[in-house]
Amino acid sequence: MSHAVGIIGRGFLGILTYIGGLGYILFDGLWWMVAGPIMRKGRLRGEETFFQMVRLSFKSIGIVSLVLFFVGMILAFQMAYVLKSLGVVKYVADIIGIAMTREMGPLLVGMVMTGYAGASIAAELGTMVVSEEVVALEAGALNPIRFLVVPRLLAAMIMMPLVVLIGTYVGIFGGFIVGVAFLDMDWYEYMTHTLDSLKAIDWLTGLIKAEIFGSLIAVVACYEGLSVTGGAEGVGKATTNAVTRSIVGIIICDLVFTALFFSLL
Amino acid sequence: MTTEVLQPPESTSIPPDETSSQKELNEVVIRVEGLEKSFSDRPILKGINLEVRKGETLVIMGGSGCGKSTVLRHMIGVLEPDQGTVEVFGQDVQELHEDGLNSVRKRFGILFQSGALFNSMTVGDNVALPLREHTDLSDEIINIMVKMKLELVGLREAEPLMPAQLSGGMKKRVGLARAIALDPEIVFYDEPTTGLDPIVTGVIDKLINDFKHGMGITSVVVTHDMNSAFRIADRMVMLYDGRVVAQGTPEQIRNTDEPIVRQFIDGKPDGPIPLRLSKVDYETDLIGLIRREKAERYGE
Ligand SMILES: Nc1ncnc2c1ncn2[C@@H]1O[C@H](COP(=O)(O)OP(=O)(O)OP(=O)(O)O)[C@@H](O)[C@H]1O
Ligand SMILES: [Mg+2]
Repeated sequence: MSHAVGIIGRGFLGILTYIGGLGYILFDGLWWMVAGPIMRKGRLRGEETFFQMVRLSFKSIGIVSLVLFFVGMILAFQMAYVLKSLGVVKYVADIIGIAMTREMGPLLVGMVMTGYAGASIAAELGTMVVSEEVVALEAGALNPIRFLVVPRLLAAMIMMPLVVLIGTYVGIFGGFIVGVAFLDMDWYEYMTHTLDSLKAIDWLTGLIKAEIFGSLIAVVACYEGLSVTGGAEGVGKATTNAVTRSIVGIIICDLVFTALFFSLL
Repeated sequence: MTTEVLQPPESTSIPPDETSSQKELNEVVIRVEGLEKSFSDRPILKGINLEVRKGETLVIMGGSGCGKSTVLRHMIGVLEPDQGTVEVFGQDVQELHEDGLNSVRKRFGILFQSGALFNSMTVGDNVALPLREHTDLSDEIINIMVKMKLELVGLREAEPLMPAQLSGGMKKRVGLARAIALDPEIVFYDEPTTGLDPIVTGVIDKLINDFKHGMGITSVVVTHDMNSAFRIADRMVMLYDGRVVAQGTPEQIRNTDEPIVRQFIDGKPDGPIPLRLSKVDYETDLIGLIRREKAERYGE
């Protein structure tokens, strides 16, 4: 009994420590992003940030579009199955629109980005730890948070909402194709239905989620990468951890914010 | 321009007469006292005492895995001692906060054992990085300086290459060019000549000596290459079992009777330094294995 309590207690403490570590990376990162440059403690690495933005967006946009397009189609078929029996198939457009902007867009892009960007950031930083590059930075009076974390965090914060926006449009387009080609809906009717049902607040909640998931992915990946110990094996472990923990984190944040938006807005 | 930025405040305040220049030569720039460090309960350093004086080349010797790199890492403040203190330019490294530590570190140049080049940047950018980050020099001047530093180590043509395209020895030389980019006052070399051919080894040794005579640079060199050690050292210390077992001038070390040092510099397989660090006796270990194997085979 007391053994079980001990294990649970230790696990809980471990989670708290982990969240503390993430919080440290996030706040130190934000400090170096905003206060550092203003107080002339160290400039922002613009070129590197741009490079990371390209890496996060252009290279992932293809797979994001593919996933969202198919999910949009799948969702349309599934909804039509229910709505047909009620005789209101045309509401497929409304449901796809709302589901994509408020939920599926940010969530699915988050998942894809975790595997795509999170894993590669963790592996990259982990390798830098193993090859003594991070120690070399510190010893060269260059703060690793400013030098490595800020460009990646900032790039994720800028690009994630954009990628989510694109993904959401593609998802809605997937639903549109199914609606017009298989559900005998008029394309104009489908469009007006979608546009009428979507309010600014729906786009806003989606973009807030995108921002949060993007920061989460970058922070978890940087934390995992920078805390690698040991050799190549440690890098592999960090990469796996970055993916699994980001996914869990995204799901938890998604629930919390969905509940918040539901009760507040 | 850089030298102006990097000029130590103390040296300008000392009036230039003979006694003070004599004093300056003996001034202690790094003092390590009672340094102890364990990694996951395995004690590595058990009370290291040593001093580095201004303008000298101090060679740290010792067997593989005895903690030489660990001592260096304490001197540059990336590891914290469990016990004892490390003073650099008269300041306790542990008490310095990030800004203070960084301003000390800008006066250092460090050549890591693995080179530790930034693998995502070209050779030229690696050398340029400290200049871009820590000086206000224009790009043209930085380019010129990068070429000069790379020429010193004989790798000017390697400027556009990526680190992955270099051999181990070339990486080390680029690491050296990066270490001296900011014209540091103290340069730490972690095994600068390991893995280099004899000619390049000679070139590196000459460079270390030139830095000392030409620019008054203080050097701390970790090495187990005894030829090169005797060529460059003003003083030598020998680490063994987490402690300093001998220190002195190259002459004193060469002629010492201390058995540990003798074994090390003569490279004799037999002597007080055991080859194997395992606590369990070899035979007991093997016999135990055989017994277990038998038990498994015959299901005993
Ligand atoms: N970060 C660390 N975590 C755990 N153990 C470490 C760490 N760094 C060093 N050690 C251990 O400390 C000991 C000394 O390591 P160090 O790298 O200082 O040796 P060294 O004298 O430089 O050896 P070499 O000549 O092979 O480079 C080794 O046994 C090593 O396993
Ligand atoms: Mg070493």
